[in-house]
Amino acid sequence: MNQHRSSTVGIAVGLGLTAGGVLLASLARRHKGGRDSAPGYTARRIPGKFDVTGKTVTIRKPRAELFAYWRDFANLPAIMENLEHVEVMDNQTGHSAWSIKAPAGNTVRIETKIAREVADELIAWRSVEGSEIATEGRVMFSDAPGDRGTQVTLIIAYQPPAGAVGKAVAKLFIREPAVQARHDLKRFKMLMETGEIATSANRKDETRAAQQEKKS
Amino acid sequence: MKALTWHGTKDVRVETVDDPEIINPRDAILKVTSTAICGSDLHLYDGVIPGMQAGDILGHEFMGEAVEVGKDSTLEKGQRVVVPFTISCGGCFHCQVQQYSACENSNPAEKQDMSASLYGHPMSGLFGYSHLTGGYSGGQAEYVRVPFSDVGPIVIPDHLEDDKVLFLSDILPTGWMAAENAEIQPDDTVAVWGCGPVGLFAIQSAIAMGAAKVIAIDHYPHRLELARQLGAEVIDFRKTDVREALMEMSGGIGVDAVIDAVGMEAHGFAIDNMVDVVKQKVGVGADRASVLKQALLAVRFGGKVSIPGVYGGMTDKFPTGALMEKGLQVRSGQTHVQKYTKPLLDKIEDGSLDTTFLISHRLPLDEAAKGYRNFKEKQDSWTKVILKPGMAAK
Ligand SMILES: [Zn+2]
Ligand SMILES: [Zn+2]
Repeated sequence: MNQHRSSTVGIAVGLGLTAGGVLLASLARRHKGGRDSAPGYTARRIPGKFDVTGKTVTIRKPRAELFAYWRDFANLPAIMENLEHVEVMDNQTGHSAWSIKAPAGNTVRIETKIAREVADELIAWRSVEGSEIATEGRVMFSDAPGDRGTQVTLIIAYQPPAGAVGKAVAKLFIREPAVQARHDLKRFKMLMETGEIATSANRKDETRAAQQEKKS
Repeated sequence: MKALTWHGTKDVRVETVDDPEIINPRDAILKVTSTAICGSDLHLYDGVIPGMQAGDILGHEFMGEAVEVGKDSTLEKGQRVVVPFTISCGGCFHCQVQQYSACENSNPAEKQDMSASLYGHPMSGLFGYSHLTGGYSGGQAEYVRVPFSDVGPIVIPDHLEDDKVLFLSDILPTGWMAAENAEIQPDDTVAVWGCGPVGLFAIQSAIAMGAAKVIAIDHYPHRLELARQLGAEVIDFRKTDVREALMEMSGGIGVDAVIDAVGMEAHGFAIDNMVDVVKQKVGVGADRASVLKQALLAVRFGGKVSIPGVYGGMTDKFPTGALMEKGLQVRSGQTHVQKYTKPLLDKIEDGSLDTTFLISHRLPLDEAAKGYRNFKEKQDSWTKVILKPGMAAK
């Protein structure tokens, strides 16, 4: 019964994030030994120096459509808090530069590559060596029961950065990663299911996009 | 434009604010022609709903004319529409099963956390009802932005005047769903607590659904008289022991179904209110649920409990024993308005439903604050207030 989940194990190939890779892969699957069928990242205590957060939403769209949107990383600033811009340098390897808004007008750049990809099922990415933040993420797509669409799980692991810039970024970018992942997934769901992202703004200059624009 | 804005407990004002704009492709902007003050607006007025911010525009019962439409709206400029108070996307799981008031996509992502921690799941978006439900501006204004305008608004034929159809926005579907949730059978005796607008429409709906007997409970003489005119028997709870009377009036069996159309604002219904009032002042605390407690004791074994009345927090000394031992069935929730607008519009059009009897006052928008004050303080005679932004101030 663990067949599908355990197929996601074993992505840890080098580049300084081995520990995180092993951790992330093991957290994505269910506990071994039949004690508990919940995903590992929902455990009350997660050991290790990496912080990990995971969230799932159900989206009433086919897996392939959701996968295709996410696989084009340049789409992600539309749904992700504080993500300013993603430049895709090599579509094949998924080599991309993520520009993340930091305090005092700074921008933090994280370069990532795709670590593993299974069409319509899984995209895992990892920061390359020398990034200001060591991070690793994966998004998984599986069929929901009946005609409910697709269950999308986002798991992000990161190493709290050192140094002044790191601390400032940590405050903004990863202060509440679970909350942020939840919001990001909700926006993804809104965009996919309704074609727009809900806002209670009454004026164009009050929207989230406009506020982000203003701060930059 | 002018709009009725909230500034604190019992402090609402008509102010000049910016006109709304089209933001998303499915939006429309309406020029509001009629908008009502709702009993649940009094919860905001009384300051018992968390998540309000100074300057919030109130109003979730409104209709008007489309004056601007987004590129994916199905409305056309000039169309007259009534807008459901529940904002629903039409595409999520809950919308697909017609549980529109549980829409997963209408409350902005960053506003979902508070209600999610209160209730385990985030609320959907509602017009003019605090940042708990999205912080959307309401329709007690000259103009309003309506998201998902291809799903919610229902187009009204020209020959039906505003007063006949405005209540499709909330209280008519809410009264109807309350009766539907009581799963009324032809032999049923149904007790309805509260003869406010929702209670009266629940009475009207229960009778339309064929209930053998409907018993209305309140203490305002005029409201009880309205209930009587609809065909209900009435109980004045100030003069009569309600539970004993209900047992007698149902032949000693107990009523088959109970409808709590009062919610957390119950006043004077029982002595334990005072305890709950004190707790409520401390924050999101105990709801004053004396009506619900009374209803759970009055309903027969295997009976049906319908709760359209609004509750927001938690309740002390809830009679869980009565709920379980009597095998009760409870149904509740914010109204799935979009499910009911078309069939109820048809009933209005063919003359089988007329709700205009409820309207006691029509005021220009400028006099909205006076409307709130009187609706709150003169509940017996001010049964329903409609604000008309186009009406000249006196
Ligand atoms: Zn209402
Ligand atoms: Zn929806």
